[in-house]
Amino acid sequence: MNKVSPWIWLKKNLFSTWYNAVLTLISLLFIYWIGLAFIEWALTLAQWRVIEANLKLLFVGYYPQELLWLTWTTLGAIVGLGGFSWGILSSYSSLLKRKSLVILGIICAVFISVAFSVDRSNYILLSLPVILVAGYFLGKQLKRLFPELKSWLALIWLLSFFVLLWFLLEPIGIDRLSGLLLTISVALISILLCFPFGVLLALGRQSDLPAIRWLSVAYIEIIRGLPLIGILFMTQVMLPLVLPSNLQLSQVITAIAGFTLFTGAYVAENVRGGLQSIPRGQTEAAKALGLSPPFVIVLIILPQALRAVIPSLVGQFISLFKDTSLMAIVGLVDLLGISQSILANPKYLGRSAELYLFLGLIYWVCCYSMSIASRRLEK
Amino acid sequence: MTDYEIDTKKNKSKASEAIIIASNVNKWYDNNFHVLKGVDLTVYEREVVVIMGPSGSGKSTFIRTFNALEPYQKGSIEIDGIKLSDDLKNVDAIRREVGMVFQQFNLFPHLTVLKNVTLAPVWVRRWKKAKAEEIAMQLLEKVGILEQAHKYPSQLSGGQQQRVAIARALAMQPKIMLFDEPTSALDPEMVREVLDTMRTLANSGMTMVCVTHEVGFAREVADRVVLMDSGTIVEIATPEDFFNNPQEERTRQFLSQIL
Repeated sequence: MNKVSPWIWLKKNLFSTWYNAVLTLISLLFIYWIGLAFIEWALTLAQWRVIEANLKLLFVGYYPQELLWLTWTTLGAIVGLGGFSWGILSSYSSLLKRKSLVILGIICAVFISVAFSVDRSNYILLSLPVILVAGYFLGKQLKRLFPELKSWLALIWLLSFFVLLWFLLEPIGIDRLSGLLLTISVALISILLCFPFGVLLALGRQSDLPAIRWLSVAYIEIIRGLPLIGILFMTQVMLPLVLPSNLQLSQVITAIAGFTLFTGAYVAENVRGGLQSIPRGQTEAAKALGLSPPFVIVLIILPQALRAVIPSLVGQFISLFKDTSLMAIVGLVDLLGISQSILANPKYLGRSAELYLFLGLIYWVCCYSMSIASRRLEK
Repeated sequence: MTDYEIDTKKNKSKASEAIIIASNVNKWYDNNFHVLKGVDLTVYEREVVVIMGPSGSGKSTFIRTFNALEPYQKGSIEIDGIKLSDDLKNVDAIRREVGMVFQQFNLFPHLTVLKNVTLAPVWVRRWKKAKAEEIAMQLLEKVGILEQAHKYPSQLSGGQQQRVAIARALAMQPKIMLFDEPTSALDPEMVREVLDTMRTLANSGMTMVCVTHEVGFAREVADRVVLMDSGTIVEIATPEDFFNNPQEERTRQFLSQIL
């Protein structure tokens, strides 16, 4: 395909018949018209200052000014860990390949432009590209010493997630998070909680014990029949009624509970599909070897079932990530909430197109990187 | 059917003890289909019993009751002195004594050949990983798969997969091996390598119960051949008598169809 000259490619794919040629021309006109209008707007009418001026607010929200170094350090740790994983997972000389260099270039450009508009004098932000590359070479070196390191990577990420979360939240408490920081924290915590919850529900639905089976089925079907926003309102209002009065739950915690309860039911249905795709012979062979039922599930069934449903699970997690924007409706200041408060500022009146476009870009970057990660995971 | 057992006992050169005693085993499926209608069979230590019969005769179901893969409603089964009952402890104990090889191999596709073989010894017998791997390698060498130890099952041919499945069952050091049509899912040219492995195993003195259609194997290796039809045992005899001088009309009819 790559060897074909562009003219032949064009002729074969876009102008093969007269009606294909007409369709191509109409589409081109349409794209030209839309694109021209957009570029004209973006270059003349749009005022991108609203984003540049509020970048810090969008990212870290109302995180206290004097503690901001915590967030930058966390970002640095994540970037370093990302480079480290890259170094461990990549094959030998891939940093020098053109594709990796292009990706690295884009990442560095984004880092530096963000660093310049957020805080020019911030050493951690400015040195992010260096941290990334340093992590990469550290990963390379360590891989040579400990070839087993690859299988520990998931555990390293999980542990550092908890450590960094504690590091970020300990001084201020989860309730004072806002902006992208809140969006990402809530999404990640909910994903980590709803995954095991959903797996348990799926196993419960397959259980031989009628009580457990019917409870799981009832839970899954009820939750799947309710809208997420309703569940969020319910957890905000009803959880405090059910729990003892001296236990005051923060709004963020109840939102996380809502997302977890909701997505757990969907994860359960995805996992159930995977469980049902495993032939009965697998269970029989494992039983015949003398493995007890928990071992059969943990060692034989789940690893195969989960691998089979990675794409749909990640799809579920991506939609959970986007659904966190509903937090703005129940009164939390997530990425969307903070944009609304920026737009309420008379200084930025009428700048919603620019801001929402930028929000879309952030959501897209997050979701697209999740789907790239899932494709890597499938291999 | 007990009268057959009397004359087979003298066939065994060694005075050996009964290791599987199934008596009056009855099984109904959920839809009330009576699949096993009071089956009696006694298998002695170091004996090789081949069960033949048309499809749907209940022969696979019968041997799958031995390690509790199929429950039965009436009768009793005793394996190596352990009564097979609803008691989960007994089921676990019996499954540790009984290895099984399936028609569809049923290897674990997400584990390498070596991990397939070491899984049960490590998690059920609680052996150290090094010990389990050492024994697994010996077994893989015996069945001729040593070079493939670090491949995944999908990278092997059907015959190789079935030999891995035999090694996997042997790794638990069972006293009895059950074979449920081990060559039926194989291409013809791979049947022999699996039968050779089974023959070697029989010669080493393993107690074996095989459901198979391989007449050659039954003639050469079996101590007794059993014919099952519609949930009952029709005839039990030595291979010579079974193939050359069958007593029952049903056996003659069956043999005329497969020979």
